[in-house]
Formats: sequence, C-alpha cells, structure tokens
Amino acid sequence: MVKALNDGLRQALTDDPKVLLMGEDIGRLGGVFRVTDGLRKDFGDLRVVDTPLGEAGIVGAAIGLAMRGYRPVCELQFDGFVYPAANQIITQLAKLRHRSAGRISLPVVIRIPYGGGIGSIEHHSESPETYFAHTAGLKVVTCSTPHDAFHMIQQAVADDDPVVFLEPKRHYWTKGEIDPSSPQPLDRAVVRPEGTDVTVIAYGPTVPVALEAAEVAAEEGRSVEVVDLRSLSPWDTTTVRASVHRTGRAVVVHEAAHSHGFGAEVAARLQDEEFHFLEAPVVRVTGYDTPYPPSRLESDWLPGVDRILNAIDRSLSY
Amino acid sequence: MAPTETAPPETAPSDPPIQLLDRSGKLSTDDRLPLDLATVDLATLHRDMTLTRRLDTEAIALQRQGELGLWPSLRGQEAAQVGAAHALRRQDMVFPTYREHGVAWCRGLDPVALLGLFRGTTLGGWDPYAHHFNLYTLVIGAQTLHAVGYAMGLHRDDSTGTGDPDRDTAVLAFLGDGALSEGETNEAFVWAAAQNLPVVFFCQNNQWAISAPYSVQSRIPAAQRAAGYGFPGIRVDGNDVLACLAATRQALHRARSGGGPTLIEAVTYRLNAHTTADDATRYRPAAETEDWAARDPLERLEAHLRSTGAVTDDHFTDLEQRERDLAEQLRAGCRELAEPDPASPFEHTYAQIPADLRQQLREHLEFVSTGPQDGERQ
Ligand SMILES: Cc1ncc(C[n+]2csc(CCOP(=O)(O)OP(=O)(O)O)c2C)c(N)n1
Ligand SMILES: [Mg+2]
Repeated sequence: MVKALNDGLRQALTDDPKVLLMGEDIGRLGGVFRVTDGLRKDFGDLRVVDTPLGEAGIVGAAIGLAMRGYRPVCELQFDGFVYPAANQIITQLAKLRHRSAGRISLPVVIRIPYGGGIGSIEHHSESPETYFAHTAGLKVVTCSTPHDAFHMIQQAVADDDPVVFLEPKRHYWTKGEIDPSSPQPLDRAVVRPEGTDVTVIAYGPTVPVALEAAEVAAEEGRSVEVVDLRSLSPWDTTTVRASVHRTGRAVVVHEAAHSHGFGAEVAARLQDEEFHFLEAPVVRVTGYDTPYPPSRLESDWLPGVDRILNAIDRSLSY
Repeated sequence: MAPTETAPPETAPSDPPIQLLDRSGKLSTDDRLPLDLATVDLATLHRDMTLTRRLDTEAIALQRQGELGLWPSLRGQEAAQVGAAHALRRQDMVFPTYREHGVAWCRGLDPVALLGLFRGTTLGGWDPYAHHFNLYTLVIGAQTLHAVGYAMGLHRDDSTGTGDPDRDTAVLAFLGDGALSEGETNEAFVWAAAQNLPVVFFCQNNQWAISAPYSVQSRIPAAQRAAGYGFPGIRVDGNDVLACLAATRQALHRARSGGGPTLIEAVTYRLNAHTTADDATRYRPAAETEDWAARDPLERLEAHLRSTGAVTDDHFTDLEQRERDLAEQLRAGCRELAEPDPASPFEHTYAQIPADLRQQLREHLEFVSTGPQDGERQ
C-alpha cells in the first residue's frame, strides 16, 4: 500500500504543478513510513517540503497556500499528533468555504497514518475519524487496499474540498493488484464479497479483518456481505441501505471507541430508514471506551475475527 | 520550609518607540526610519483616519440601537491601521484580525460589508480576493499561519525579488498583543523565519487583550521577540501615522524584494472597551485611558495639518460632509443588508452539496416555508 500511495502521489504531482506535499520528515527521509520516498528528489524541495515541526503550522500554512492557488497535501506524522492541528482543521479549514459564500476553495488533503495493531507506543495507534467526520465542511475517507490507496489519494487531491485521508498503517505493507483504469467515485462504498445472511460494514483497517471473518463464517455455512465504506463523510447510505435491505442484519466494525463512534451513526440511520426490514438490532464491534491500551493488550482490545463472528452469531440469533 | 525569595524580575531594557510625529503634531526625523515626506499624502491619511473613526462611531451607535449584535471598536488605533494600509500595494495580501476596519476602509471595501458579520447576516461579507483583504479571523492567531502559507505561495510563484513593482508582492498579517502568546503565532514566526518568507507581522499592541494587560503576555516589548526567531523587529509609536507608514513601507519593501519577514510592534491603545459587550471599567483605571486619550492619533495629525497649513480649510469642511455621507450610508446600508438565505449554509459547506445534505436542506426548507402551525404539529 505504501508503494500505491507513493505512485498515486507521484501521479498527482505530475498531473498538476500546483500540487505540493508538506510535512515533517517527508522530504529527505521520505516520511517515517516512506510514503513519499524519492519524491523530493524528483520534484524538488519546493514541492516536497520538509516543514518545521508544528502541526498547526502545516495545516495553517496549507490554507494560505490553497488561497494562493496551490493544492497542498499535508502529512501528519501519526494519528495521535493531529490534535495540535485540530484548531486549524476545524475552525479554519472546514469553515472558510462556508464563511466566504463559496469564494474561498481549500483543496487541502490531510494524510494521517492511523489505527492500531502495529505494536507501537502511546499516541501511535489512534482512530480520530469521528472528530473529523463530525465536522461539516470536511470530507473523511480511508482506503483498505493498495488499489483504493492509489486511486483515492489522487481523487482526494483533485477534490475541491478539504479531505482528511486516513491511511490504515497496519496495512501499509499489504500487497495487492492495482487496476489503473476506472476507479470508483471517492464517496462510494464498495461491496467486497456479496452475501445474503448478514451485512458487515467496515472501513480502513478493519476491512481485511471483516473479510477474514466472512471467510470463516462461509465455512460455517453463513453468507456474509462485507461493505467497505471507504468514505465516512459523506458516507454512502445508498449502498449500505441496499445491502441491509436485502440481508436484514447489520454488524458495524471499527477500531475507534464504542460510544459516539461511527457505528452509532450507521445504526441510527439504519433504524431510521430500514426499520421495517431489520431482522435484528444493529450490532457494533469496536474498540472500548478507554484510551488505546498498551500494545501487549491491543490484539484482544481491537475488534478481531472472533469478536466479529460473535457479533454475526448474535445478529443471526434474532 | 520558608518560601524562597526570588529577585524581582529585571525588565529588559527597551528603547522608546520610534516616533516621527509627536503628540503636539511636531515632525521629527529618525535615522532608523527614514521617510521622504514628498511621498506622503498627509491630507489623504487624515481623511482616511477621520472616516475610519466615523465608521467606528456609527457602528457602535448601530449596536446600541440593536442593529448589530456586537462591534469591536478600533478607536485609538486609526494611525496604526491607516498608516500600515497606506504602505500596501494593490497586489499585497492582507490577513486581518476582527478589528482592522481602518485597513478594510483603505483597501476599498464597501464599509457596509463590514457590518454583516456583526449583524449576523453573514459569516464573511466580502470577496477576499477582490480587495486582497481576507475575511476577518476571530480565532486569535490563526490568521498568522494563513499569511505564512500565502507567502510560501508567493515564493513559489516567483512573486518576490523580481524588481517589477507590479509583480513583487508581500503579505501583511495583523495581530494583537494577546495573539503573541498563542502557539500558532509562534509557529508562524518560526516558519516565516526558517523560509525567509515575504510576510510582515503587524502587531497592534493596544495594551490589552480583553482584560489582560500586556504584562500578562510578556516581560519584553513584542518587537524584541523577533530577534529570537531571527528576523528584524521594530517598535514604533502606533499613534503616529507617519511612523507606522514608514515602518510598514520599509518592512513590505524588504519582504517584496526577498529580504524576508519583519515584526512591527505599533504601540497604541484601545480607547474603548474590547467590544460593545465589554465593560472596561472593571479592569482598568480611567486615568490610564485619559492619559492615552491625550495622545490621540487623529488629533496630533490634525494639529500638524493646521499648524503647517498643509491643507486648506476646505479640506476640513469637505471632510465633514463626507463623514455625514458615510454615516448615512452606514445607517441605511446596515438596515438594508440582505437577510441570509436559509439555504446558504447548506449550499456552501462543500463544493458540491452531498446527497444527504441535500435531503437535510429539502426538509429544512419545507419546515421554514410551512412556518409554525398554530398549536398544531405537523
Ligand atoms: C483562540 C481564541 N481564544 C480566545 C478568544 C477570545 N478572545 C477574543 S478577543 C481576545 C483578546 C485578544 O487580544 P489581542 O490579541 O490583544 O487583540 P485585541 O482584541 O486587543 O485587538 C480573546 C481572548 C478567541 N477569539 N480566540
Ligand atoms: Mg490587544
């Protein structure tokens, strides 16, 4: 996936001279995850910018650059370090189109390596997606395959709205085919395997986990449909509803804490709009309402295959 | 254990702010801040300061009449703002706070447009690109980083150091003394210094951040901080329009020609309360305000103009008429500001309205158009 993101960014830099990358250690080093490896050499240090160490500065300066006609792609080094930039993202980046009645357009991408499961230390495993999905004016997307990573990063750069682009860091080293033609629209969810008994809704890091659970369930004779949301804001209620309309059962999976998480939004919408077709309550499989635990606890804390299978059982028991 | 005695803080030595026009209206020169008076249009400076003050006075009155929700007064800061604004070229970009009505005026904004934000008809009110004057920023310090980013763009556009007066461009970022303590402001200084960006930070040190006196923010004059970041800082009398003009010209010139950032500290005073919602008597003595009122920026320029005969009496009579016209324009214009369209928040949140939001808009418009049903719910 790192290579796919790198290729996608390279393509974006090639396609539009106004695109530039900025972040801590992204130039000479190529980023701590090497997502921008080699780009500074090929595009120069004015387009692949090693910034001072200051996240508010990265996003604040990106706003000014965008006002001058640039399309900045910011890398925030880790999920747990986005908070110093939260003020600029929430009070400025998200609002200026609205405040200016559409005159100011801020095509800024904020890339964030996110999520747990890599045995890391504190602040390096967080899932901040709902803070941003809850903020009007931002788009929030996340990729789960190299193919999507390649296309979605380019679509995010081409988008005229600010996009928070979450990269599931535990899948950075996942391999996969890239079909260079015909990507899905950025805001569209994708049905991974189709199924008839229950719909599992996942995004980013939990998609491969959900797929594995679907395979195990299939061996037990259960047909699980997995919907990869890809975009959390806006989110594709049409695809999700259509799936749950058919299966009548929904399980939502995410690493972020349980309460007030994205799963609550999905459950609320499904009960509101598919009430008569639901055979069971919407079940959530999530992180817990605690800070992210020390890494030696994370494998059980994170929603894994077994917890998803339990949730499927629970849904089917109604 | 007895508390340890700490020595009283040693205040850093500070020069008095540079002044070219003293409070009696007498001109002087200063080698650190050369100003060729042949290039200065004193009558226009006086006109803009007078009209700016009138704009402010009228807006306060409109607030008192309930036409505006709030108004942050600039009274006392006319010299700082008009002086700085007169140093700008058309293409230079300004990032204001919420108090730069005088700069807005000099940038040619329709003054009525300034009222919308405070009347609640809009969150913005003007086209930031048309006047090279960004929307007001209410979040203290946030705009300093936008200025830095814009300056990074100028650098990449080869818009500095070409020697072409129509091309070379700089950014002028305004901030208050309170904003000096914000992390974002300090990041902006770091970025501007490290990249030698074409940005001028203009700090109006009006001595107060709501109820916090300057000593809460700093033990040294703001201008001295610049050295720590690695660029020049200059401290001028902010009630002296010529010193403000000269310092900003010098700094913008340096920025446009590729010489990097400057921090200007204009030492001035907020004569009114923080906003119309504030009561300054709760935290500062009347004597202090009276002392600063005696250093009024407008009075000293007027004294100069009258004593030197630099303008004729017509200047003053014409100006009185323009003031009356402006007052009338503001009073009428304020009440005529269009009510916001209930659809507008939905329409401008994203470049294209997402399907879900369109649905919310549909429901909202239906609700709005139906209105309350006498005692009966739908
Ligand atoms: C980040 C932030 N914190 C607090 C406030 C509330 N607030 C509004 S104005 C102000 C004081 C600002 O003082 P200063 O920077 O000196 O500007 P002045 O009002 O004197 O022009 C404060 C604390 C704010 N607008 N933004
Ligand atoms: Mg102040």
